[in-house]
Amino acid sequence: MKTKTVYKPTDGLTDKELSYCPGCTHGIIHKLVGEVLSEKELLGEAIGVASVGCSVMSYEFFNCDMQQAPHGRAPATATGIKRVKPDHTVFTYQGDGDLASIGMAEIVHAAHRGENITVIFVNNAIYGMTGGQMAPTTLIGQKTTTSPRGRDQALTGMPIRISEMLATIPGATYLERVSVHNPQHMKKAKKALEKAFDVQTKKQGFSLIEFISTCPVNWGLTPTESLTWAEDNMIPYYPLGVYKDATKGDDDHE
Amino acid sequence: MAKVLMKGNEAMALAAIKGGCDAFYGYPITPQNELPEYLSFHMQEHGKVFVQAESEVAAINMVYGAAGSGARVLTSSSSPGIALKQEGISYMAGSELPGVIINVMRGGPGLGGIQPSQADYNQITRGGGNGDYHILSYAPESLQETVDVIKESFAKSDYYRNPVMIAVDGLIGQMMEPIDVDRDVSIDISPKDKPWAATGESKKRGSRNKIVSLFLDPYDLENHNLKLQKKYNEMVEKEQRYEMINMEDAEIVIVAYGSMARITRSAIKELASEGIKVGLLRPISIWPFPEKAFDEIPESVHTLLTVEMSLGQMIQDVKLANNGRLPVEFYGRTGGVVPETSEIVEKVRQIVRGRK
Repeated sequence: MKTKTVYKPTDGLTDKELSYCPGCTHGIIHKLVGEVLSEKELLGEAIGVASVGCSVMSYEFFNCDMQQAPHGRAPATATGIKRVKPDHTVFTYQGDGDLASIGMAEIVHAAHRGENITVIFVNNAIYGMTGGQMAPTTLIGQKTTTSPRGRDQALTGMPIRISEMLATIPGATYLERVSVHNPQHMKKAKKALEKAFDVQTKKQGFSLIEFISTCPVNWGLTPTESLTWAEDNMIPYYPLGVYKDATKGDDDHE
Repeated sequence: MAKVLMKGNEAMALAAIKGGCDAFYGYPITPQNELPEYLSFHMQEHGKVFVQAESEVAAINMVYGAAGSGARVLTSSSSPGIALKQEGISYMAGSELPGVIINVMRGGPGLGGIQPSQADYNQITRGGGNGDYHILSYAPESLQETVDVIKESFAKSDYYRNPVMIAVDGLIGQMMEPIDVDRDVSIDISPKDKPWAATGESKKRGSRNKIVSLFLDPYDLENHNLKLQKKYNEMVEKEQRYEMINMEDAEIVIVAYGSMARITRSAIKELASEGIKVGLLRPISIWPFPEKAFDEIPESVHTLLTVEMSLGQMIQDVKLANNGRLPVEFYGRTGGVVPETSEIVEKVRQIVRGRK
C-alpha cells in the first residue's frame, strides 16, 4: 500500500517537548517560525535569541544555534550577533513583558538603527511565566494578579501598541500584526513571517511580526474560550495588518 | 614600532585593536570617552565593528551577543556605567563567554564625580552581578603596562571563557606617556577556535550550539557552578600577578596599585632619603588577589600600609592575605582626590614615630 505524507512536524523545531501550558498559542507560533526557517533554508545558518518569560526555553525548541538573552535585552544581544555575523539570519523571540516593558529601550533603538534582524513579538496581554501579572499590553479593565480590580487607566495608563509605535520610526522596514486564533489567520501569519525573513535576507533592515497570543491559564479561560477572547477583546484594540512596509520601492527595482 | 606619545584612553583603544578585537560596543561616559572616540574612527578602518549603544546595559548585551557568536569583543565604561553592565557581565560569566571590559574608574557612590578613583575595587573583585562568579581583573600602573595587559586579556579571556576587566583610574585614562604598542607580550594573542560558539553554522557543524546560563534543576545549576569554580581556582593558581619593589631590609611595606603605586614609588624615594626603608607590594591582578606575594614579605618588615584612592576596599584582601601576621595600617583619599606624595610620606613617618 502506498502512503502519502500529508503532514509532518517541521525540522525547524527540535524533538523536545514544549514547555508551554496546554492551549497556549506559543506552540503554533513556534511551529510557524520553524516552518518558515526550514522552508527558506535558513535554519542551518540562523542564530536565534531567546528572551526571558514563558519563551525563555525557546533555545531548546528552535532547531538552530541559539543564545538566551537577559530580560528585555534580546534586540541588543541580536545586534551584537548580527554586526559580527552580517550574513547570517538573526531573530529574537520575545513576549510582551520582555519587549514592551523592560526591553523598550532595546527594541526602539534596534529599530532606529535599522538593525537587519527579525523580531518575533508575542503579545498575550499578561506576564505568563511569573503567574499572571499586569503587562504594559494588558487591556483596560482586564483583571490580573497585580490589577485585581481590572487595569485602571488612571493608575497605569493605556496598553502600549508596539507595532503602531515602531511604525513611526524611520529605521523600521517591515512591521505587521497577525493572529493565530484560527487557521485562516495562521496562514496569514506564516506569510507575514516569510515576508519578515525575506526582508532580512535581502538586507532591507528591521522587521517585526507581532502575534496576538493567548494565555488560558492566567486569563482563567479554556483554550477555546481564550481564542474567542483574543478575537473579541484584543484584536479590536490591537488591529491586525501591515503597519509599515518600506520595501515596496525596493522590490520594484529587483 | 618605535615608542609613541599617546593619551591613556587612546592607547587602550589602539591596544585593543592590536589584541585582535573584532567589535566594540559602548556608551559615552567621562573619563573614558577618548577610547570609543578613537575606535569609532579606527575600527572601521580595520573592517571591524563599532556600535554606540543606547545604554551601558544595551552595550554589554551586544558584547554578550557578539561574544556568543565567537567574536573578540570589547566594551569600556566608567564606574556608574560599569554598575549598569553588571547584569551582562554575570550572564557572560554564567554562560562562559569571553570579553574584555575596560573600566576607567571615577568617584562614587551614585553619580559621584568624574575625577580619578579606585572605589570600584569591591564592585570589580566581589562580582558586581548576581551569582557565584569572578572575573579576572588587572589594575596596571603605567600606559605601557596597560597596553600590554589589554593585548593579553583577549587571549586570557578566550582561554578561560570568562570576562576580563582592566581597571584603571581616571588618571591613567587621561595622562600621556610614551608606549610601544607592538611590544611583544609573552602570551599567544592569536585568535583561537571556538567550537562552542553559536556561529549560525548548525548545518555545517551537524549540531546546535546554545549559549545559556539557565539551569532550572538546582543540582544541574550546582554542578555548573562547581565547573565554573574549577576555572576560578585555576585562575587563583596561575594568574596572581604582582611586583615587589625595594623589599630588602624594608621595615614598612606599602600595598598599592594603579596610580597609587606610582605615587607610592615617589614617597618611597623621599622616605629613603630620611633613612626610612619602605617597600612596595604592587598588585597587578586584583582578582585573583596576589596573596602569594605576602609570603615573600621579609622578616624585617614590622607594618603593612595599604594606600588607596578609596576609604578602604582592597585593605580587606590585604588583611585576609596577611592573615594576622603584621599590623595593617590604612591611608586613603576618596571622591576623586588624588593623594600627594607628601601625604603618604607623612603617614609613614607617623607609623615610625608611633613605634618609638
